Amino acid sequence: MLVLEREGLGRLIGEICARHGGRRQALLPILLELQDAQGWISAYAMQEVARHLDIHPVEVYSVITFYAFLNGEKKGRFVLRLCRTITCDMRDKDRVARQLEQELGIAFGQTTPDGRFTLEWTNCLGMCDQGPALMVNKQVFTQVAAEGVHEILEACRRIYALYPERSEDAALAAAGALRPAVAPVCAEVA
Amino acid sequence: MGTGRESILFREAEPDEGLRKAVGMTRLEIISQVRESGLRGRGGAGFPTGSKWNFAALAQDPLKYVVCNADEGEPGTFKDRVLLSERADLVLEGMTIAARAIGAREGFIYLRGEYEYLRGHLEAVIRRRGEAGLLGDDILGTGGFTFRVAVRMGAGAYVCGEETALIESLEGHRGEPRNRPPFPVNTGFLGHPTAVNNVETFALAARVIALGAEAFARIGPASSTGTKLFSVSGDCARPGVYELPMGLSIAELLREVGGEEAKAVQVGGASGTCVPRAQFSRRLAFDDASTGGSIIVFGPGRDMLRVARNFMEFFDEESCGQCTPCRQGNHVLLEGIRKLEAGVCSMAYLQELRALGETMQLASKCGLGQSSPNAFLSIVEHFKDEILARPARVQAELS
Repeated sequence: MLVLEREGLGRLIGEICARHGGRRQALLPILLELQDAQGWISAYAMQEVARHLDIHPVEVYSVITFYAFLNGEKKGRFVLRLCRTITCDMRDKDRVARQLEQELGIAFGQTTPDGRFTLEWTNCLGMCDQGPALMVNKQVFTQVAAEGVHEILEACRRIYALYPERSEDAALAAAGALRPAVAPVCAEVA
Repeated sequence: MGTGRESILFREAEPDEGLRKAVGMTRLEIISQVRESGLRGRGGAGFPTGSKWNFAALAQDPLKYVVCNADEGEPGTFKDRVLLSERADLVLEGMTIAARAIGAREGFIYLRGEYEYLRGHLEAVIRRRGEAGLLGDDILGTGGFTFRVAVRMGAGAYVCGEETALIESLEGHRGEPRNRPPFPVNTGFLGHPTAVNNVETFALAARVIALGAEAFARIGPASSTGTKLFSVSGDCARPGVYELPMGLSIAELLREVGGEEAKAVQVGGASGTCVPRAQFSRRLAFDDASTGGSIIVFGPGRDMLRVARNFMEFFDEESCGQCTPCRQGNHVLLEGIRKLEAGVCSMAYLQELRALGETMQLASKCGLGQSSPNAFLSIVEHFKDEILARPARVQAELS
């Protein structure tokens, strides 16, 4: 890592930790905020967070490895998480899975060579009445059909062309730009 | 919703009626009302809410906490998602009443990472309530009643729905459950007394205070009073969230949702039990077929072994790995199911798997391992003819 990059990251971590009062109980919010900015949490970042909270770096590593949504390894600009739990399974999630693999040319657990997409399984997303459900970064798509996969990926590619950095997601979400209208998003069934 | 029956949660009502009443009541009066209503925890365990609040209220500590468990991870459960979307004010009202009752000044909503998209909405509701004098300092001009709420995000760990694991997570640790006792009402967040309740429990508690204990206790059987939100999914015509009185039979619920053809219903999610058609007269209540809300309907064509495998894959991955019965047991049960699927499982081996499941129920440290074999055991019990001696279709692949 370049010295300048390292200094910038150190400053960012210092700011985030200070904003959270530098307390151990803020470890999860700190890591999530850091991940939003960086896309992942590097070994150097773990050490810096540990230094600010006055705990051992292995404590930070231990927490990161426990939670499925904390990335201790670099992931794609878009992390695609397909729900594999029972009702999504009953609604043919396997077809959606195959289509995702074919469109991206990677298997589950892998990242595309261009660093744009990571494909993963996830457990119950709580959208059981509207499955199959697919989470793209923080956005949940419901009633995803194999035919709809291409459109979701195209929407991601359009966003990538304009905003290649994940750190821009928060501003984009606030502006409503992260809601490509390709599937009913979280419409409540009552 | 929309069933023509009396709704507690989704009725037209004066906003914050419960909270306005509660600030004029003593702590004991609030707790007595909740006790008399018979309200029991809606997350699945069914612990009496009034008793929980009473323990927390009796604890001697200037610092106490109220935590809303919105880590809704049980497969097939999505009612808290709907409640937080549509009735966030009611949930926060219930939390504020709980804070008043136990003497807490700070609270958290622990929201699962999968529901991150709800966070902005919840924070906006919290802000608006602060501006309206319903949260923050000097709530409703009572002089001295202060309560603040912050949203804290989970990060994809099912076990954090277990209350002590949730507290570990709030403290910045791995979500590994603690031994109980001590219970969170005595030794909770950072060692202080903490009342952890489910989203739906808080919302119902607010209504109990608004409507009075009697109006609530009138609904449902004596052991399970009030209404319950059911998240219905699977093979039925109308999946979704339903508010229905406790004590309804499974058959009645299936009529409501258009699932009369079902051959089995999973009550209580992956950690619940599988009820076959012959037992559809069983009642959805704490002392019979108990559920935190999850109802998964299986139509006549479903392969029950595939269902069992899906549940065991879930637990094999979501076990926190802390205690041996759960970490190893779930893995061995999953291997066993794969053998059954391959048609290479003897009766003796099946008996061994059942004994293992029973050991896990007894010896696991927390509710995850204690309940993870339930689905497998009930499917083995009720669908033996379907799962034994399957054509050895995968035998070639195995060799």
